[in-house]
Amino acid sequence: EVPEPGADRIPLFDKILIANRGEIACRVIRTAKKLGIKTVAVYSEVDKDSLHVRMADEAYCIGPAPSSESYLRADKIIDIAHKTGAQAVHPGYGFLSENSGFAERLAEEGIVFIGPPASAIRSMGSKSESKDIMIAADVPCVPGYHGEAQDTETLLNAATSMGFPVLIKAVLGGGGKGMRIVDSEEEFVEALESARREAKKAFGDERVLVESYIEQPRHVEVQIFGDQMGNVVSLWERDCSVQRRHQKIIEEAPAPGLAKETRADLSAKAIAAAKAVKYVGAGTVEFIFDNETHEFYFMEMNTRLQVEHPITEMITGQDLVEWQLEVAAGNPLPLKQSEIPLIGHAFEARIYAENPRNNFLPDVGPLLHISTPATNSAVRLEQGFEQGSNIEVYYDPMIAKLITHGRDRNEALRILRKALEEYQIVGVATNIEFLHSLASHPAFISGEVETGFISKHHAELFPDLSHIQPELYALAGLYAAMRDRPHTEPKSTPWQSIGGKRFGGEQYERVIPFQSESGDVITTVRVIPISGGLYDIIVSMPTSEDTFKNVEASLSDPATLCCVLNGATLQTTIVSQLPPPTPPTGSVSNATAERLHIFHEGRKTTILIPAPKWLQEKGKDVLKAAKGGIRAPMPSLVVEVKVSPGDKVERGQAIVILESMKTETVLRADSAGVVKSVGCKNGEMVEEGKELVEIEFEEIEV
Amino acid sequence: MDALVADLESKLEGARQGGSSKAKVKMKEKGKLLPRERLLRLLDPNTPFLELSQLAAHDVYPGEHIPGAGIITGVGQIAGQQCVVVINDATVKGGSYYPLTVKKHLRAQEIAKENGLPCVYLVESGGASLPNQANVFPDRDHFGRIFYNMAQMSALGIPQIAVVHGISVAGGAYVPAMADENIIVANQGRIFLAGPPLVRAATGEQVDEETLGGGLMHSSESGVTDHLARDDEEAISIARGSIGDLEGAGNVALPPPYKPEDPLYPASELHGIVGTDIRQAFDMRDVIARTVDGSQFREFKPDYGTTMVTGFARIHGYPVGIVANNGILFSPSALKATHFIELCSQRGIPLLFLVNVTGYMVGSKAEKGGIAKDGAKMVRAVACADVPKLTVIVGGSFGAGNYGMCGRAYQPRFLWMWPNAKVSVMGSGQLSQVMNTVSKDPTQHSSLKDEIEAQSTAYYATARLWDDGIIRPTDTRDVVGLGLAISSRQRASTGGLGVRRGLSWDGEGRGMGIFRM
Repeated sequence: EVPEPGADRIPLFDKILIANRGEIACRVIRTAKKLGIKTVAVYSEVDKDSLHVRMADEAYCIGPAPSSESYLRADKIIDIAHKTGAQAVHPGYGFLSENSGFAERLAEEGIVFIGPPASAIRSMGSKSESKDIMIAADVPCVPGYHGEAQDTETLLNAATSMGFPVLIKAVLGGGGKGMRIVDSEEEFVEALESARREAKKAFGDERVLVESYIEQPRHVEVQIFGDQMGNVVSLWERDCSVQRRHQKIIEEAPAPGLAKETRADLSAKAIAAAKAVKYVGAGTVEFIFDNETHEFYFMEMNTRLQVEHPITEMITGQDLVEWQLEVAAGNPLPLKQSEIPLIGHAFEARIYAENPRNNFLPDVGPLLHISTPATNSAVRLEQGFEQGSNIEVYYDPMIAKLITHGRDRNEALRILRKALEEYQIVGVATNIEFLHSLASHPAFISGEVETGFISKHHAELFPDLSHIQPELYALAGLYAAMRDRPHTEPKSTPWQSIGGKRFGGEQYERVIPFQSESGDVITTVRVIPISGGLYDIIVSMPTSEDTFKNVEASLSDPATLCCVLNGATLQTTIVSQLPPPTPPTGSVSNATAERLHIFHEGRKTTILIPAPKWLQEKGKDVLKAAKGGIRAPMPSLVVEVKVSPGDKVERGQAIVILESMKTETVLRADSAGVVKSVGCKNGEMVEEGKELVEIEFEEIEV
Repeated sequence: MDALVADLESKLEGARQGGSSKAKVKMKEKGKLLPRERLLRLLDPNTPFLELSQLAAHDVYPGEHIPGAGIITGVGQIAGQQCVVVINDATVKGGSYYPLTVKKHLRAQEIAKENGLPCVYLVESGGASLPNQANVFPDRDHFGRIFYNMAQMSALGIPQIAVVHGISVAGGAYVPAMADENIIVANQGRIFLAGPPLVRAATGEQVDEETLGGGLMHSSESGVTDHLARDDEEAISIARGSIGDLEGAGNVALPPPYKPEDPLYPASELHGIVGTDIRQAFDMRDVIARTVDGSQFREFKPDYGTTMVTGFARIHGYPVGIVANNGILFSPSALKATHFIELCSQRGIPLLFLVNVTGYMVGSKAEKGGIAKDGAKMVRAVACADVPKLTVIVGGSFGAGNYGMCGRAYQPRFLWMWPNAKVSVMGSGQLSQVMNTVSKDPTQHSSLKDEIEAQSTAYYATARLWDDGIIRPTDTRDVVGLGLAISSRQRASTGGLGVRRGLSWDGEGRGMGIFRM
């Protein structure tokens, strides 16, 4: 007897609420649409025009920009769910996704939480509890000694039994203080004593723990899925080893260089871990993987759908959000373990608004220009923002995820490199060029991934950019000359149509000064129209001069320069970024310059058009006049104003504490003086360049 | 013709160099921009500049090299608006005004006034050239006329903008002072009626230039200047802003009524069509075919009075009536031209004269036929035509033919010459023969022929501002096109075609223009 297909399936929800923003909200909405499920979006005030709001069937504002007043407001989200009749809430990742209290509140209100049971979130949220559960379930954990007994002998015995090298860490440790790597038994005692001294000094507590030290660790994680009947399957592993600032940046599935047995073992251990907490829904079991011994140890379990889930989807051909909805509705897992395929290889590159050359510090601002690679079965894009959107200071600076799939690792990586070359963003600093360097690095190509990858190959990943090829200056010059040609129509006066014509043999030429972002050396480009849309270009750099003859050029749209340069027919995207309207705060000549972002040969090169001298000098005068004031160096949140009008301040005294992109900045007085006025208050969002506190200095040091 | 054009280009290149390199270095050292650098920054990028009389004063003042008469004038586009630009070249005799400097300045103003073009003066001049004061100062068309014109144009609604880049003394001080709006460069521009030496001589007061007439003083105390700039570049940037703010003042440029088309025949062939020997005849239709849109020329009365070619064409999309010579003017030719000029005048079509005329026919047959009367009809029609007239002398322009073919005295909006052109009352050969027969002292006659020959060249003419410049034959189409675009401006504000404002001033109910308070 064959049951009718789907006869015993519980119907999916009719309407769900997505308690998130950005690409993940859009991602969830897309699957919901595919399944005919209506969607409700929530948004903060700054997100009112964002993509997820427009994609959803309904959208509700839940408060001001800071997450604590919007996306973390469980009460408001539950209200909206009731109001709209949403039967379930998808939390995405981040925000409330791993908040067991939220899961419980929803359950009490009769709304389904699309995620694991609150109890599983709670157990996995605690490092010590999760470790105990794992040890009980026979899941390997990093061998280590976390005992109370702190005598040297006990610690040494523990170290010897787990085998060298070992890592001694202060129990209250952080920032590398009180941390020692010990390679042999002989060095142990001395290292232990110095670690204790340092710990005592730094934290006032000399207790330490000892763990087995893995020299070449990799971050390997297993995607698991459980249903309400207690079935758990593995959708194979992902390698997320290459990280910066302890955050993932590029991920792949499956993990390279893994034996079949190891893969099976990883999956088995991950399933065991999930079963140990009666896991339901999508989850990830993270392991630290020793590249030398191929042993792995449980690190933690993430009880949510992760950022990098698309690579698992690419190699299994499954829609994990659809799986989540099935499971949340009470249906069994769509596939049995033996039915889950593993096809080819997939990469995900996370496109961040950040400056890799400045320690990957996040950047914020408008996305003035976005052009993305064409998507197809091998190239997938998860975006939450469009051209014109703002990367806000309040949230994660991830702009998009670029996912590629190939029949093997090399193919997927090649597709990734090509797609990165076609990815263009102007407005904020991005890591696109860095990701491309990474994906082109021989060690990465040969699969030698490890968590220390970036620091190990730092020099090659950050090639010197100070020399800009004359071709790029030629393109910049052409663009600058072409864009302000008079607008012509079919019936234009010769004043418009004949261009920069001179008579009697005089040759008009357009002279444009340029400057590279790193230096203040001026490169002069002369663009000479010869005839019939042809130009001669002379690029004069401090030590060389290059001439490009008979260059055919036109602008096919305001940001696309079509030209034939050195015989190559090019269509170059060039995007102009005007200087910010606020008074400059940093290097004056750079702050008042216009930036031309040139996308040539798969890279973005930025060339500056410096402002005329008089404008720069005006800028300096403004700066001098503003010297007495404390200004916001970037758009940020005022955490604390530490002075009030009339206060006397000393040189170097903290005046205002700002927070931007989760980083605190302390603004200090340049010299001693008296506070005249305060122009901001705690918790206020301030624009770049805003004067926060006015101080009358006793003696101005310019 | 190739050799003539190459010679022209080298003469023009020489004139563009301006004063001595020493003077230029000195100027650069003071942080100033050179006059042509100022010009380049003043104009909109990638737009044409129709420079006027580049070879003014060429070989005129014995022993003195005054390139371009020490002043750069022309029509160029600023902030989308065509303007007359007048720039003193302080590298040439400190920018002082020679007689021809005044003439060139006044001619630029005349063009501005006739065509309703705002004026921008970049001032750096010590005023009148004192050794030449008798030929610079007192007469009607001398120095004072500059300010009279500024006042009149202001009243006519033609904006006057001045930028003071350097010294602007005595009479020169009135250019910024008479301007509607002005800009001065700090620590560089100076305006005073008398400089420190004269002040000391007159009153005993000892004062330095900056205190006496510097930018800060004039912008904050005297109110003589409106904007204070940090350097030449900012001053020009402010001037461009002022032009951008003119809005309704001045005339409006009109796009051509038809879509422009390139001629079917290349202009480069003009060099082979028109020779350097004025006696060598050529068919003017070959010139027209290389000048007008689509080489389309609808000829009027082609079979009558065939030494005159008349007809309608377009240049850069602007309709134009062409009056051109194909030989000696006979009575029928003169009548045909008169008829055609009347047609254009009635229809409001601008006239283009392509001149290669030896004169009206002489002899008893012609006199009996009333050539004097018919020639007079043509001259009268040219004088009174109610439409803009443009003249290009492509060959000879002799005798009364010069009048009938809209010579300088008939006030064409622009008059250009090709480098081979000749202008004189008659050919030098005939003239010396005539002199031989009428004069009693034959010894003088041998030198006379050479003298007349030298005085009839295009260079002699252009140096004395008898034209607006010598152009390359291949530039004719674009130069005339720009001229037509400029001439077509007037239509917008006056409503009717070709209604020209009189050059005399009776108020015309237009008020007083802009006073500097």
